[in-house]
Amino acid sequence: MSSNKKIHKDPFYKSGTPWIWLNAGAVTVSVIVVVGLLVLIAFRGLGHFWPKTVYEIEYDNGTDIVQVIGERVETEEVPRQRIIESGIKLKGDQDRIERSLIKVGNREVLGVDFMLTVAPNELNVKKPNDVLVLERTQWGNSYGYLNAIKETGETLSILDAELQQELGGRLKRVLDLRERIEHIEKADIGAINFKLEKLRLKKRGLELDGITEPKYYDQIKSKQNEYTADYETLKKELDTLYREIARDSLILKVMTGQEVEINLSNIVKAYQPNNMSLGEKVIFYIKTFWGFMTDDPREANTEGGIFPAIFGTVLTVMLMSIVVTPFGVIAAIYLREYAKQGLFTRLVRISVNNLAGVPSIVYGVFGLGFFVYVVGGTIDELFFREALPAPTFGSGGLLWASLTLALLTVPVVIVATEEGLSRIPRSIREGSLALGATKAETLWRTVLPMTSPAIMTGLILAIARAAGEVAPLMLVGVVKLAPSLPLDGNAPFIHLERKFMHLGFHIYDVGFQSPNVEAARPLVYATALILVIVIVILNLAAIFTRNHLREKYKDLEQS
Amino acid sequence: MTMASPKISQDVLLNRESQNIKSEAPCFECKDFGLYYGSAQALKNINLFIPEKRVTAFIGPSGCGKSTLLRCMNRMNDLIDSVSLEGQMFLHGEDINSKSVNVAELRRKVGMVFQKPNPFPKTVYENVAYGLRLQGVNKKRVLDERVEWALKGAALWDEVKDRLQDNALGLSGGQQQRLVIARAIAIQPEVILLDEPASALDPISTLKIEELIIQLKKDYTVVIVTHNMQQAARISDYTAFLYLGELIEFDATDKLFTNPSDKKTEDYITGRYG
Repeated sequence: MSSNKKIHKDPFYKSGTPWIWLNAGAVTVSVIVVVGLLVLIAFRGLGHFWPKTVYEIEYDNGTDIVQVIGERVETEEVPRQRIIESGIKLKGDQDRIERSLIKVGNREVLGVDFMLTVAPNELNVKKPNDVLVLERTQWGNSYGYLNAIKETGETLSILDAELQQELGGRLKRVLDLRERIEHIEKADIGAINFKLEKLRLKKRGLELDGITEPKYYDQIKSKQNEYTADYETLKKELDTLYREIARDSLILKVMTGQEVEINLSNIVKAYQPNNMSLGEKVIFYIKTFWGFMTDDPREANTEGGIFPAIFGTVLTVMLMSIVVTPFGVIAAIYLREYAKQGLFTRLVRISVNNLAGVPSIVYGVFGLGFFVYVVGGTIDELFFREALPAPTFGSGGLLWASLTLALLTVPVVIVATEEGLSRIPRSIREGSLALGATKAETLWRTVLPMTSPAIMTGLILAIARAAGEVAPLMLVGVVKLAPSLPLDGNAPFIHLERKFMHLGFHIYDVGFQSPNVEAARPLVYATALILVIVIVILNLAAIFTRNHLREKYKDLEQS
Repeated sequence: MTMASPKISQDVLLNRESQNIKSEAPCFECKDFGLYYGSAQALKNINLFIPEKRVTAFIGPSGCGKSTLLRCMNRMNDLIDSVSLEGQMFLHGEDINSKSVNVAELRRKVGMVFQKPNPFPKTVYENVAYGLRLQGVNKKRVLDERVEWALKGAALWDEVKDRLQDNALGLSGGQQQRLVIARAIAIQPEVILLDEPASALDPISTLKIEELIIQLKKDYTVVIVTHNMQQAARISDYTAFLYLGELIEFDATDKLFTNPSDKKTEDYITGRYG
């Protein structure tokens, strides 16, 4: 090469290298952003359930030296000046001060359950082994030392060393009782209420129809009496259980030195995090996380689980899929196979494509105005007259939310199906027609099965869009806290008119509408993570189905 | 086809039918038949009759309208919006383009095999049973019988009898084309139209298809479009030569190839154009 000096190198930009770098860079940035997002959510969300060390700190708050017991939630470095400006007398002379947010709990005693500390003022930090954390049904967490256990108001005389073990046994009893109470309240009494409501509506219906024969009313009356008697029995049982569950209480010495009496019936969990081994912590973690997935929310959604929200999300998306697929496919078949291709068809197609770009809240408004008020209102007048003025289908609910989402996603399915139909080679259609099949038979027996992977692609895109949609749902049926799931043991088992909870709305509600933002923040991340996981699972299911179908009709890729 | 054409055994050549066109029974008849794509005329004044239980070949240079004419015989051109027809085409005396004709019924009588093998992405068995299932035949015993019969008729049975439940797309090109022929004969049509059935195949497969076509004329009227004049000479009883949408000459194959009466035919078969 050196002998031939006439061959000169192309300029650098012509080699294409910068172009490749640009492309690779763009891909890298995208990947980093997505991975970073997932890692952040996962880290923040999953970390919440890990049992954190509880510190006991002797703290100089500028006027007094106080005792602080709590979990260090987060720590950040702040310039000294800023802390002084906020009116805190600082010890030492560092320029950057470590400031911690400490969750101290005991809201009913302290008023707030978080406080800020600065490192130089923390005089003495200990990790006492016997500090007890209580997760309660009310007032959030509680931190302190177990002093005594009371049974029906009498302090038990047991050794301090055995107190913890005694508490465990008694808590177990309380948990069992609570389970029984919940079962009676939700299942048994719930069913009776459901039946009584039906009877009331039946009676109202008879009155509206102008039927006055007493035999009908007597029948209803006797049934009502029967159910009421059932209810009384259950009520008595419930009263006993409530008395039983309230029997024990414990005395906790909290950080102010006060002794607080807490009834065991208010305690969900009691544990000593500083005393746990790694294995115990892992087991605790798994249990807590499982509880988060399967429990009902408590305390304005800032505690407890998110099961109803997961359930609502999945059910809405599934109903949406069931509705959107046939509609989209039928519309696409007409547009592609039967409609005369001309200006009008093109206009329709352009409109359909543009529908996908309409802001989702607009669909929500439409769903409210059309589905809920017009369709739901009409259904109520025709079939649920006896319940009026209380709406049955005439207010937001699962069905209307699913239909609104289906409307929102139908363009995606139409476009994908049309794309699929247009990719079926003409030779296949001709082969079928040449055997004496009509156009409809050709569609059903050959073309549609071969289009199914494309239909699934459309459905995957639809699911991906619908599962993350929140804005329209807020108008057509999502609520902060639904009293019951849309699926239960009372006939007809699936109650499409009921309001429901949704993960996307739950995130918004917990994060920004909650009375205790600090306590709820980790739940926002955890819920976001669960939402992402739910969407991934729904999508994976659809992708799996599509790949299976693709394998079956793989010739499309060849020809 | 540029490669050397396969040798045909002597007895196949001798199998040619007596070639007095006057004595043949008509299957298809065209009267002043013409076809337009939009305003462009693709077929002009075709007057032709196709004898029953014989092999008739359409030859001619590309774009001369031979495939178009073939596709008119089972109204495949209905699928193209811009097509308009003039004149008439009769099948056993009935105008196939009249409004009272059930197109699906017509296509059941007049089967078709295309240039490129087009099996459905289903099993071998289901491909052959497709036409039968369309007619409502769903009894397994009947289907089994007819599938075996059709595959034997298409000389494919021995090759696929152990893989009936495999995907048809796994067969070779030649096997796929014979499968498509089996699919066509499974519904026992009266006529089989073949649109360059061997143009995408290797010489061995071509040979098999040609032998099969000669077998088929015992039971069916066969009409074949081919680019390959040797093929037409080998397998057909009658040959029609089309040029620029017109029927130039139609005669017994031997006569047309050895002693054409039209100058254009002679030019074409001697390779002066096409």
